[in-house]
Amino acid sequence: MAFYVVQFLTGLASAASLFLVASGLSIIFGVTRIVNFAHGAFYMLGAYVAFTLTERFSGALGFWGGIVAAALVVALVGVIVEMVLLRRIYHSPELFQLLATFGLTLMVQDLVVLIWGPDDLLGRRAPGFKGAVDFFGQNIPSYDLFLIVLSPVVLGILWLLFQRTRWGILVRAATQDRDMVAALGVNQKWLFTSVFAVGVFLAALGGALQIPRDAVHHAMDLRIIVEVFVVVVIGGLGSIIGAFVAAVLVSELNAFGILIFPKISIILVFLVMAVVLIVRPWGLFGKPEAPARRTPGLTVNPWRPLTSNERIGAVVALIAAAALPFVGGNYAMTVGSEIAIFVIFAASLHFLMAVGGLASFGHAAYFGLGAYGVAFLAKMAGLPMIVSLLLGPLLGCLGAAVFGFFCVQLSGVYFAMLTLAFAQIVWSIAFQWVAVTGGDNGILGVWPEKWAAGPASFYWLSLAIAALCVVVLRLIVFSPFGYALRATRDSPLRSEAIGINAKRMQWTAFVIAGTVAGIGGALFAYLKGSVFPDSLGISLSVDALVMVLLGGVETVSGAVIGAIVFKAANIWLVSQTDWSKLVLGGFIVLMVVAFPKGIVGTLEAIMARWRARSSAPKSRVASMEVAE
Amino acid sequence: MSEPLTLLSVEGLSKSYGGVHAVRSVSFELKAGEILALIGPNGAGKSTCFDMLNGQNIPDSGRITLLGQDTLGRKPREIWRLGVGRTFQITATFPTMTVRENVQVALVSYGNALFNFWSSAPQFAREEAGRLLDLVGMDGYAERPCGELAYGDLKRLELAVALANRPKLLLMDEPTAGMAPRERIELMRLTAKIAREQSIGVLFTEHDMDVVFEHADRILVLNRGSLIAEGTPEQVRGNPQVRAVYLGEGLVYDARHREGASA
Repeated sequence: MAFYVVQFLTGLASAASLFLVASGLSIIFGVTRIVNFAHGAFYMLGAYVAFTLTERFSGALGFWGGIVAAALVVALVGVIVEMVLLRRIYHSPELFQLLATFGLTLMVQDLVVLIWGPDDLLGRRAPGFKGAVDFFGQNIPSYDLFLIVLSPVVLGILWLLFQRTRWGILVRAATQDRDMVAALGVNQKWLFTSVFAVGVFLAALGGALQIPRDAVHHAMDLRIIVEVFVVVVIGGLGSIIGAFVAAVLVSELNAFGILIFPKISIILVFLVMAVVLIVRPWGLFGKPEAPARRTPGLTVNPWRPLTSNERIGAVVALIAAAALPFVGGNYAMTVGSEIAIFVIFAASLHFLMAVGGLASFGHAAYFGLGAYGVAFLAKMAGLPMIVSLLLGPLLGCLGAAVFGFFCVQLSGVYFAMLTLAFAQIVWSIAFQWVAVTGGDNGILGVWPEKWAAGPASFYWLSLAIAALCVVVLRLIVFSPFGYALRATRDSPLRSEAIGINAKRMQWTAFVIAGTVAGIGGALFAYLKGSVFPDSLGISLSVDALVMVLLGGVETVSGAVIGAIVFKAANIWLVSQTDWSKLVLGGFIVLMVVAFPKGIVGTLEAIMARWRARSSAPKSRVASMEVAE
Repeated sequence: MSEPLTLLSVEGLSKSYGGVHAVRSVSFELKAGEILALIGPNGAGKSTCFDMLNGQNIPDSGRITLLGQDTLGRKPREIWRLGVGRTFQITATFPTMTVRENVQVALVSYGNALFNFWSSAPQFAREEAGRLLDLVGMDGYAERPCGELAYGDLKRLELAVALANRPKLLLMDEPTAGMAPRERIELMRLTAKIAREQSIGVLFTEHDMDVVFEHADRILVLNRGSLIAEGTPEQVRGNPQVRAVYLGEGLVYDARHREGASA
């Protein structure tokens, strides 16, 4: 019995940091409507800065002062980030905000290694809370008891702040109607900045308070952000009470889940999240979100199938690509195969995003599932390559069918967070279920059969499948299904009023995208000859998002160009610098701020302007007609 | 031909929010080819009534029978499949698609082709889409992106979309809101013409009394959730209770009406 009580108390103590970070995320989202992906990065920065300060200053004052000072320092960093970056993207689509803050996260990951080095850092124990309390023969660290008391105290302070101060009233008003608050003469800029600072302070405090419990390392940001996303999805984005209850719930599930499924305790959290989402899609304490704001600068050029000239152009480009083995060496062909595979992956995500309006932050899950599917079939069942290639992607299809069903119940940022959480869960399973997946060691020896083993033949195989996938996806875009899917993206209200079941359309799109991603993954397994949990990871999901964005999210097939450019640049970059995350992160931020239409989108806009200029007199007449 | 078919029959419809009775025991019928206006001051319960008919809101009690079928608890898309076209107070269209594509999507849904992945959508029911656009006078705009249209044109496009499933009943929530006076008359004239030709029943809410008195065959007057009058335009116009609650006491109708039209 005592053991279970201790387990329960450990869970409560873990909830403290989770609650601090999640409440910060919720507060920021409530006012600015930005889901701050970089929140995990601020949490990690808080831990690193606190480590330095508490090492530097001795004594109880040095320690506790260092913790608070670290949170303040990081909050200041947050203020700078808000003023320099976020102010430029408050009116951008949610996807761009998530991506920009993810770019920040990437940069911070490399910066942290640059400053503090790649090794885990063990911080000091907290003065006054070094010992443990004996509880019927079980030890409870007294620092855990401190954390257990801390989170309700923070909850109380936040409550007072929001209910009893003038600032809190303004924040609550802005949460309900930003424009009205601005119309009443409140300086919105500083309100947003201060809210962001408070949110970042909470995240950094959460990180700083972790140092007596856990080692500080440079991957702690992603781990916490996924848990925090799960917490806010369960508790309801924007609700502080919800963050508190859900943080406790998730931590307890983790604490006891370990006892029930030692290997894959995260399954339990996933099940609870699934149940909550079915019963209350907006979380336990959340409110249904108003429909996503209209994306400004929506495509001016209506989509149309390729003209016969453009079709000839595409075939010529394909033939030119197929000629690569005659001019390039083995390395070029391997790179070419990889690019072709990523064209498949990016095109599948692009289909989901551009046509379905669903920005998935966990698309790599289905790519990786396809890869694992092939590895299982080829290595364990010993099936021939053709059969594995055909059946392997079905694992991606199955994953997309199960997870997609839950994801499409939500929209906008909730959708993005849930896809990310599912991908991370799949990753954890691949990582922890060593008996089946080989864990971190992966599954090795997935080699293609003789007919496809040569670099040239594998390249042609990849290229042919990539071309096939892109063509099929394009056909679907211009099929009745594709039209109806776009309709659900453009106006849920109108599509429902003309008899379209939007969730079924979106679910189908999700399964299509997941299956195609699985095809890419299946090829990837054969290209590399092995499968690792990395091919399910967040960074791969984000790579795909960047490819889509780089190509242009408002185009029909921009992702093809985006994938080629991004992958080529990425392979080159990794060979040139050790700080590729820093460069990539900076590139993402820059792209979101300065170049949101992407390569193909920008080209199309230039073409449209050029066409408009050449037919200017005609269009002036047309606009006069409209004016009448 | 005997008595026209009863399309819609509403009995004892009620809805309250907390202690507020938004709609109290409202009953009425609508026959094929009939144009029925639902009017009342702000907060009278028009929109609540409308949303319940359309399936967006579930009544506390009452019955709605549409073409002999009980629609209570059905979703908007299921009610659409029974043959109801709908336009919104604030137009809801697909802004990234062209005018023709907007209509084609509705035709895809009507033709049960939502899960057709292989045929060419640009060719799908192209003539039928053209015919519908022609009907509302939008045929010249077929290739225009719908996001570029002027508001009055969007309203006409919405009408074309609403007609795509060959509806028996059109539900139009403030069809002329936000339009210039001349456009209002034209749109309602067009609606009335189509309704008479195809024997479609029309139920609409409206604030503009010009539009109401010119086009409605019958008028329902709601006040604070209850039906206070029902009848032909002449009957309603002469009803003292209606004048009192709706037109305001001491105001001569014509003066108020002119004020409204010029605003």
